[in-house]
Amino acid sequence: MTATIRLQREAFDAGAEAAKLSRGRTDIGAVVSFIGICRADENGEAIAALNLEHYPGMAEAEIARHVEEANARWPLHGVTVIHRYGRIAPGEPIVLVVTASSHRQAAFAAAEFLMDYLKTRAPFWKQVEKATGAQWVEAKAADDTAAERWAAPRRETAK
Amino acid sequence: MKIRYFAWVRERIGKSEEDLDPPAGVATVADLVAWLTRRGEGYAYAFENPKTIRAAIDKHHVRADARIAGAGEIAFFPPMTGG
Repeated sequence: MTATIRLQREAFDAGAEAAKLSRGRTDIGAVVSFIGICRADENGEAIAALNLEHYPGMAEAEIARHVEEANARWPLHGVTVIHRYGRIAPGEPIVLVVTASSHRQAAFAAAEFLMDYLKTRAPFWKQVEKATGAQWVEAKAADDTAAERWAAPRRETAK
Repeated sequence: MKIRYFAWVRERIGKSEEDLDPPAGVATVADLVAWLTRRGEGYAYAFENPKTIRAAIDKHHVRADARIAGAGEIAFFPPMTGG
């Protein structure tokens, strides 16, 4: 499996990243990409932007650990994870997860697994800029629940 | 050892990192939180509800009962909100 993990300030080109994963290969039958995008509201209140803080070094390591786990659980040919930090305006992309496999089930499942874990285990913190000032986003219990459903080790597809 | 703080933990304490030498007897992450809490108002505010604090030792998530002996870097931060 080829794995690309990148943290960056700049926006990314999701289409180009997805194309890169399967270029020159004929064993990949499915590529799934998920793009997380900055909304213009947080809990019904307008926001001017998001500011994302991260823990350099640990963020990459934590993502890499989950990419390894995804690779152990599903027969993947490639994974790309790009997460931005710094100031992100509404409409701009925040995070990209691309998974490539021979068949769609593994690609879909691995992408969802990676996103659920990124939300709750990767050391990033969102702050929103509102008219009333800056405010840290609170973690959602629903995100913990989403991550926990992967906790019991199981193999979705035989390797 | 180096102690690092992120997000509102960093803001409340007023610094992003510091080098500290906790006394013998501070054996676990929970002990370290209790010891830091006594260092001043900002620390007490940051750690007022220890249940909301997450910790990492040498860039790996750990629980409050993890032992800190041999740690090079310990980080404290709120629950994560990336993705």
